[in-house]
Amino acid sequence: MSFLDRSHTIAKPGFSRWLVPPAALCIHLCIGQAYALSVFNKPMSQLIGISAPAPGDWSIPAIGWIFSIAIVFLGLSAAFAGKWVEDAGPRKAMFAAALFFSGGLIISAAGVAAHQLWLVYLGYGVIGGIGLGIGYISPVSTLVKWFPDRPGLATGTAIMGFGGGALIGAPLAVDLMKMYATPSSTGVAPTLLTMGLIYLCFMLIGAFIVRVPASDWLPAGYVAPTQSTGLVTAENVLVGQAVKTPQFYLLWMVLFLNVTAGIGVLGQASLMIQEMFPAKFPHDTAAATQASAAAAAGFVGLLSVFNMGGRIFWASMSDFIGRRMTYVIFFVLGAFLYGCIPALGRAENLPLFIICYLIILSMYGGGFATIPAYLRDLYGHINVGAIHGRILTAWSAAGIAGPVLVNYIREYQINHGVAKADAYSVTMYVMAVLLVIGLVCNLLVRPVHERHHYKEDEVLVGGVA
Amino acid sequence: MNNAVKLTLSWALVGIPLAWGIFVTLSNATKLFR
Repeated sequence: MSFLDRSHTIAKPGFSRWLVPPAALCIHLCIGQAYALSVFNKPMSQLIGISAPAPGDWSIPAIGWIFSIAIVFLGLSAAFAGKWVEDAGPRKAMFAAALFFSGGLIISAAGVAAHQLWLVYLGYGVIGGIGLGIGYISPVSTLVKWFPDRPGLATGTAIMGFGGGALIGAPLAVDLMKMYATPSSTGVAPTLLTMGLIYLCFMLIGAFIVRVPASDWLPAGYVAPTQSTGLVTAENVLVGQAVKTPQFYLLWMVLFLNVTAGIGVLGQASLMIQEMFPAKFPHDTAAATQASAAAAAGFVGLLSVFNMGGRIFWASMSDFIGRRMTYVIFFVLGAFLYGCIPALGRAENLPLFIICYLIILSMYGGGFATIPAYLRDLYGHINVGAIHGRILTAWSAAGIAGPVLVNYIREYQINHGVAKADAYSVTMYVMAVLLVIGLVCNLLVRPVHERHHYKEDEVLVGGVA
Repeated sequence: MNNAVKLTLSWALVGIPLAWGIFVTLSNATKLFR
């Protein structure tokens, strides 16, 4: 298995660095399937009843835990495996991610076939979740090393894949379930098995393609900066030191607040647009309800496209305007747009409402994609993958806080007599306030003090330089 | 295999499924404007 070692992945002279983003996309387009897991909710809730839930079938809340467990294990594995990923190199890490993520899908297929929910929790939630975490961070530091001149573009391309994974995973799962469905089966188990095998092949191709640059390699015409300028350091900070700096916790809050503001409404988008625009999404007949649900699903799909597009757009833009300014735009524009949404709902201005949400979701994706380059600016490239892994715990925390906040405020409003169409107003203002707090955290970020800088006589994490 | 062929194949490998996913999603999104 030595071909998996870092030493066997050093690129030969003439290797094109533009082969590395597709390798990263092979991983991220697969693990991004996690965002499309909800397409299994309904068929998994009627595995016994087939056409409708029957006694003994799994409930939707119980099925919802699969995604929650996976996101928690994503955060934990990214945090704890970060050092190992830096040490082992991208090929070994991608190989491990492929085995964990695909293995998780295949074990889940067995769990569905045997109607054992705990096996699905273990498969997709725990084992698949570990694959998500390792896969997410595996190409980051490699891309930063290949693209020192455009780190935002490089990491944005990879992380765009995570957003794009849902766009592939959802229709693929729907088509496979249609193909495998029979009068006595919803087709979920063979679909999970097939997807596990397809994703295994795809991710292994990524692991095969990826290379790391030679230690003295630099892009043609690029001169590495010898002096730190602004927030962009010419030094390096090891992961153990990075977590002792206030900048780490400020960026943790920046990511946490940006994700909290986006993830809560993303989960509620379908319900929200239908409740805020009851005249345009009628529910007076069964046919109208079905048409409204289909239109709302179209809205969610559009949000996913902008979530993906925002990742590459904003991360690339950050190479030119700087990371801090990029987040300033996210927080100022985001707070303004959230503040406008209640008024747009009252005015029944659906086109502007949709445009506002598309911009907000582009910035939600942009926040994910720009953070690795922000970390590289502050801490250098040596341990950026491991530091990125640690900071992704903010995503896990936001994954719980965002939906809880949105659902709780909505329930509270409705229980206190507020009409459903107006029940989201307070939520939007709370999101705007969260973004203002994020803006303050972002503006407080300063260059890392030199006492945290890596010195030549220190022992590197995993010996990685 | 030269770099141009490798680049074409590797970008097609990720680009074609992604383009298909975007196409299907945008096709469904047209229901929003009906």
